[in-house]
Amino acid sequence: MADTSLIDDGPSRAGRFARQVGKTVLTLLITFVGLLAVTFFISRVVPTDPVLSILGERATEAQIAETRTALGLDRPLFTQFGIYVWDALHGDLGQSIRTKKPVLEEIGRYFPATLELATLATLIGMAIGIPAGVLAATKPGSLLDQVVRLVGLMGYSMPVFWLGLMGLLIFYGWLGWVGGPGRLDAAFDMMMQFEVTAYTGMILLDTALSGRWDMFANAVSHIILPASLLGYLSMAYISRMTRSFMMNELGQEYITTARVKGMTEGRVIWVHALKNVAVPLITVVALSYSFLLEGAVLTETIFAWPGLGRYITDALLVADMPAVLGGTIVVGAVYIGINMFSDLLYRLADPRAT
Amino acid sequence: MSFLPFARKAGVAGMAALLLGAAPTALFAKTPADTLVIAEAIDDIVSLDPGEAYEFSGLDVVNNTYDGLVEINPTTLEMEPGLAESWSVADDGMTYTFKMKTGITFASGNPVTADAAAWSLQRAIKINKTPAFILNQFGWTADNVDTMITASGDTLTMKVDKAYAPTFLYNCLTAGVASIVDAEVVKTHDVDGDMGNAWLHENTAGSGAYVLKSFKPNEGYVLDARPGYWRGDAKMAHVFMMHVPEAATERLQLEKGDIDIARTLTPVDIEGMTGNADVKIQQDVGGQIYYLSFNQKNENYKNAKFLDAMRWAVDYQGMADTIMKGTVIPHQSFLPQGYLGALDDLPYKLDVEKAKALLAESGIVAPKVTLSVRNAADRMDVAQSIQNTFGQAGITVELKVGEGAEQLKEYRARQHDATLQTWGPDYPDPNTNSSTFAENPDNSDAANNTGYLAWRNAYDPGEMTAESKAAVLERDPEKRVAMYAALQKKHRETSPFIVMFQQARNTGLRAAVQGFYTGGAVDASAYWLVTK
Repeated sequence: MADTSLIDDGPSRAGRFARQVGKTVLTLLITFVGLLAVTFFISRVVPTDPVLSILGERATEAQIAETRTALGLDRPLFTQFGIYVWDALHGDLGQSIRTKKPVLEEIGRYFPATLELATLATLIGMAIGIPAGVLAATKPGSLLDQVVRLVGLMGYSMPVFWLGLMGLLIFYGWLGWVGGPGRLDAAFDMMMQFEVTAYTGMILLDTALSGRWDMFANAVSHIILPASLLGYLSMAYISRMTRSFMMNELGQEYITTARVKGMTEGRVIWVHALKNVAVPLITVVALSYSFLLEGAVLTETIFAWPGLGRYITDALLVADMPAVLGGTIVVGAVYIGINMFSDLLYRLADPRAT
Repeated sequence: MSFLPFARKAGVAGMAALLLGAAPTALFAKTPADTLVIAEAIDDIVSLDPGEAYEFSGLDVVNNTYDGLVEINPTTLEMEPGLAESWSVADDGMTYTFKMKTGITFASGNPVTADAAAWSLQRAIKINKTPAFILNQFGWTADNVDTMITASGDTLTMKVDKAYAPTFLYNCLTAGVASIVDAEVVKTHDVDGDMGNAWLHENTAGSGAYVLKSFKPNEGYVLDARPGYWRGDAKMAHVFMMHVPEAATERLQLEKGDIDIARTLTPVDIEGMTGNADVKIQQDVGGQIYYLSFNQKNENYKNAKFLDAMRWAVDYQGMADTIMKGTVIPHQSFLPQGYLGALDDLPYKLDVEKAKALLAESGIVAPKVTLSVRNAADRMDVAQSIQNTFGQAGITVELKVGEGAEQLKEYRARQHDATLQTWGPDYPDPNTNSSTFAENPDNSDAANNTGYLAWRNAYDPGEMTAESKAAVLERDPEKRVAMYAALQKKHRETSPFIVMFQQARNTGLRAAVQGFYTGGAVDASAYWLVTK
């Protein structure tokens, strides 16, 4: 701490902060526009014709032309892009070609479902992955280590599609421990929009805030399996990385010193070593979280989960470009947001980081 | 050692987490007794406006929330009076008069009147969405429809531009686009002259058995029964449709009893459920037909012997029994079973030797066919079987695999060599398929008649164009049937089309579910007769 003040001979703290904010905003803008440009132009070179997707086989040439004009697809590509960026900057992501609803409204419905699932999955992944990784690192080569590595490897290599179906078959089909596909049972799902205020769009939160504990419990029973499945994938990654960071850390001299000083093994590992792997671990968890927030298409398909991944994929298949672009912006924003958040966490975890 | 307490704690926490996950089992709500829960892939819905809905899932909603002047009885699939009590056609065949039933109301309570009926049909023409062509066939355009379709008291009068076969008009009036909407309600939702189109995307204003309570695209919809439906109240108070894209998931839900009906099952799922007394499978035909077609810009495909050789080189029955099991039945003419004049005979089968002999007679040496095929599993399977059996007969097939919309674009621009396609009829009259397979008024590139499959294959059907047009004007129903039979025979023997299959539908139902009618090849599903 004292060291940093010694070298602090640049602009004032406020000045540095302002410069940093300015840099961040600029990076953000460039990233967004870049992201939009890439998605937009790729979408225009794919041979799928959105007009045919909407109108179907029987459409007459006149109807096709009329729809093309209505969608602005007859204008020059750069004009279309300019209009899109301008509208996007004003918070208008356009209308879905297929459903004719504002994209923002649709994303407002799909994204909370993904956010809820990804958050729970990441919590599960962290809660199991970090301790498992730490324990494995303390006894490399032991049975525990082998088990953690094997479970991790399985998480990496098993197709999520298969895992999802097997999970459903066993825990829902045979054992009946969890609810089936969808976010709620049919009876609750029908009531949901009329009896529960959509504060956040996340069913767990909304039902809890509305005091509908019967629905909350039902929602838990539905989310627990897909969240555990995604949590498992996240756990596989987190435990492997934790293990490797910890092994590296446990070989450091300060650990030996701590042990020599007579510190308990638990304190050495869980306090000293773990604290020092916190920074790289934050990156790992943030990466895994943002990956899940993109939406896990296959999991969402199997579990009939109306999430962002499925939304973007479905839109892509019918060339519903406003929806694809809107979804891409959200994913991009999420990546950037999580990166900024993990940056903040670095600072908290490691005072040396500026 | 020192980790053991931690491990123990972690174990306890893990168990607690598991129990927490398992605890809500006791709170599972059963499928409500008054609700029909259906799982299906419904992401094809573009709009629920009857003037625009044109996809299977959207038309299912329309069929249960609206009525037409003429209806199809879901149990017999026969035509019957709908909102019109009776009708007649003038001697010259140009004017139809419909007398409306009295005492029927829309969901809003407004009476169903001839005025509302006239406005609905005029509206469908004026908003000019994809299915408008079904009504345009009678000479109705946005400019003349107000004078061609008029209402007076309880009578609706329709003038048509030619003396068509009356069955042609009646059949077309059973299509979703001819549904009668609650004009008073819809007019109040007009935005910028859209005649309520935006509002009707996700609201209903009909006289049907159900009203739409909520609709979330790609998630599902809820229908509520309305008391006093003129065909008798719906048996189930609610219908809850869940969008479930994955067939294996649907199967699990059905076997668990969390849904009553599963509509997107694969043959594998159906086989897997055999022996489960809690569920049953209902088989129906759908209207879609699977066909191969060959672009006659390639001169080879004008050679009658070569076309004949290919007809004998397809393993119709083999594919239907194996790779397409349960999803198709062999079918070899352009009108699907269930349609007026449909033929169910199967003159062709796989006969490699015959195909070889015909190929030799054709004089074409070592022919090569480039077959465009969509990158869907079932299409690829069929294409590979064709590649194999054509190969045995000495015809090399190269597959050109691509995305559906991309191939449709190529097909509409006549740029394919050969293609494997499906075609679903648009309305329950034979003209729907006859006009597209057997008519081509102008085969030039400039004509750009993309609506005609014959044109897309650069195929000039010669006198068949006139014969098909004559059939739609034939007012004697029996003669009309005979005309379509003759047309189909001639078509399958001479055209560059090889019709192979008709779609079969498998619906999985809980054992207690009764009275679910899918509408077969000619109509959409009916929910209001279902009991469980």
